This record gives sequence, structure tokens and C-alpha cells, in this order.
Amino acid sequence: MSRFRKDSKKETPELNMGSMSDIIFMFLFFFMVITTMREASLKVKFQPPSATEVQKLEKKSLVANIYIGAPIAKNENTLPPGEVSVQLNDQTIKAEDLKADVRDFIGTEKESRDAQDRDRLTFSLKVDKDVQMRYVNTIKQELRANNALKINYAAGKKVN
Amino acid sequence: MSKRKTPGLNTGAMSDISFLLLTFFLLTSSINTEQGIPRKLPPPKTDDSKDVKVDINRRNVLNVLVNFRDEISVNGDVILVGDLKAKAKEFFANPTNDPSLPEKVNKPIDGIGDFAVSKGVVSLTNDQGTSYNMYVQVQNELQRAVNELRDETALQYFGKKYDALDSAAQRAVTQAIPMNISEAPPMDYSNNGSN
Repeated sequence: MSRFRKDSKKETPELNMGSMSDIIFMFLFFFMVITTMREASLKVKFQPPSATEVQKLEKKSLVANIYIGAPIAKNENTLPPGEVSVQLNDQTIKAEDLKADVRDFIGTEKESRDAQDRDRLTFSLKVDKDVQMRYVNTIKQELRANNALKINYAAGKKVN
Repeated sequence: MSKRKTPGLNTGAMSDISFLLLTFFLLTSSINTEQGIPRKLPPPKTDDSKDVKVDINRRNVLNVLVNFRDEISVNGDVILVGDLKAKAKEFFANPTNDPSLPEKVNKPIDGIGDFAVSKGVVSLTNDQGTSYNMYVQVQNELQRAVNELRDETALQYFGKKYDALDSAAQRAVTQAIPMNISEAPPMDYSNNGSN
């Protein structure tokens, strides 16, 4: 009369692992898509200052980066007196070409966006926290002269 | 012989491999969201706007100076970064209508009604030798003062914090508490010899 019959002969069915790997692959693709590979390798030391009131930028595709910091390699171009480099795209710029290079950089960055996105293009100043303001001011002047007015001071989030 | 089953593939190993890849991407990926303090530069100077000087009443200006030793002075008093927020907040809010703090103008704002909008402008001057870190800290403190005031106004009129409001209400609060920072051309008192 036992209702629960124990039949020791029955084996536990084998688990189908196929769908598990499907799920893992989904995760994998998710992470592959959201990770951004840095398109330009950094030539300058960049450690952002931290601040409490940071805001996230809306769209990554509408951000152009300007790096300012101490050069990592010795033979990089620097601005006088020779302690700080400015990196646009993947190279540091020469002091005498600064104006032309920044203008070209802004031009090409604007060109590569759709017409309606051009005004929303943000220039993110990724400046090392030890840099003196004189270099930042120079770049800001050039940005202003070339009508690239939306800027962003890159900063890390400070946790209190 | 045709009845022989194809042996089941052991796919456990495959999920192992994909796990490995997954952990690799998990560890190497930094979801580095672009974040920072957004600012707008003033439009470039044109010839016809060259000689326009806006007369701003003294009481409406908060002079923030940062020198090359990263010391801050506000309207002549030397203060620490930690005190800047309170100063800026008092300046923008002017709760007691102090005659030495900025005047206010009543403006009708959609969703809020008449609101006394401060005419205060922060004039920020930095030295060429100021460190970028200090500059960002100063900008951050000013932003913090404005954000706190916006939160207070938002709570008062909409019952929610500024971040939780919809965009129309946010616009109204932004109009009520504008953030006016004017950056003066940098000075150069550091004796580095350059410039």
C-alpha cells in the first residue's frame, strides 16, 4: 500500500547543458557590447580629479576627448616649458601647431556627426588633476574661438 | 545498423569555455561612463560685441579668486574649499534679503508661479598656476550650492527632489535658480617665468 514506490532502478535523468551555454553566451555578448574599447591609446598620464556633483554625459557617441597631462613617454611633444602634453586622437600635438591642430580636431569631430547632432557634441576635457590651469585655459580659449562651447570637465565620482 | 543513435555530445565543456570568456570580459571591462561637470563656454567674441560692458551692481557679484597656491578668496576673504558651498548658497539664496547680497526680481515661471529670481553672478578668476584639481573642486562646490538650492525649491513646489522631476518641472526649477558663473580671464601671478 505504499504510495511512494521506490524503484531503485530509475536513474536520475541527465541534465541538458546546451541551454546553459546559451545563457552564458547571452551574458557574454551583453558584456562584449557594453564594453568600450578605448579607441586611442593614452599617451599622457590622466588621473581625473574627483567631485561630488558629477553628471553622466548623455551619449557616448557625442563626446570627443581632449587629454591633457604629463607625457608617459619621453619623446612626446609637449607644450612649453615641457612638462605637459595635449593629446588629440592618438597623438600629442606640437606647441607651434596647437591652434591649427585643435581647429582641425574640432572640425573633423563635427564633420563626422550628423547635422542635427553637431550642436550636442560635447568636448570632454580629460585633464590630469596635477596640471596647471594655464594649459587648460589655452585649450578652452581655442575651443571657444572655434565655437565648440559645450564642454565637460571629466571627473570621477567622489564617495563620501 | 541504421538504428544506432548518434552519441549525445557533452556540451558541459562548452559552457565552461563560455564561462571563462564571460569572466574575462567581466574582469577586463570597465563600464567607464563618461562623467564630469558639464559647462558652457561663452560664445566667441565678435567685433560688434566688443565694447559692450554689462553694468552689474556690486552686490550682485560674488568674486571668487583662486591663486597659484590654490588658496581661495571670496569677496576679499580667504576661505577654505569646505566653506565655499555655504557662501555660494547664501549668496544665491539671500534668504533675509540682505542689502549686501544680490537683489531678486519677481518672475512668473510656468508651474511655480511668481518666484523671486536672484540676479547673482559668480565671477570666477583663476591663476595660470592654479592646479586643475582645485579648479574642479571650486566648480564642484559652486555646483553643489546650486544643486542644493534646486533640490530645496523642487521639494517646496513639487514635493520631489530635482532629479526625480519631469523635464518641464526641471526647466521651471532651473529658471527659478539659475546658475550664473562668469569666468574672468586668468591672471598670472605665479613666477614661473612662462607666459
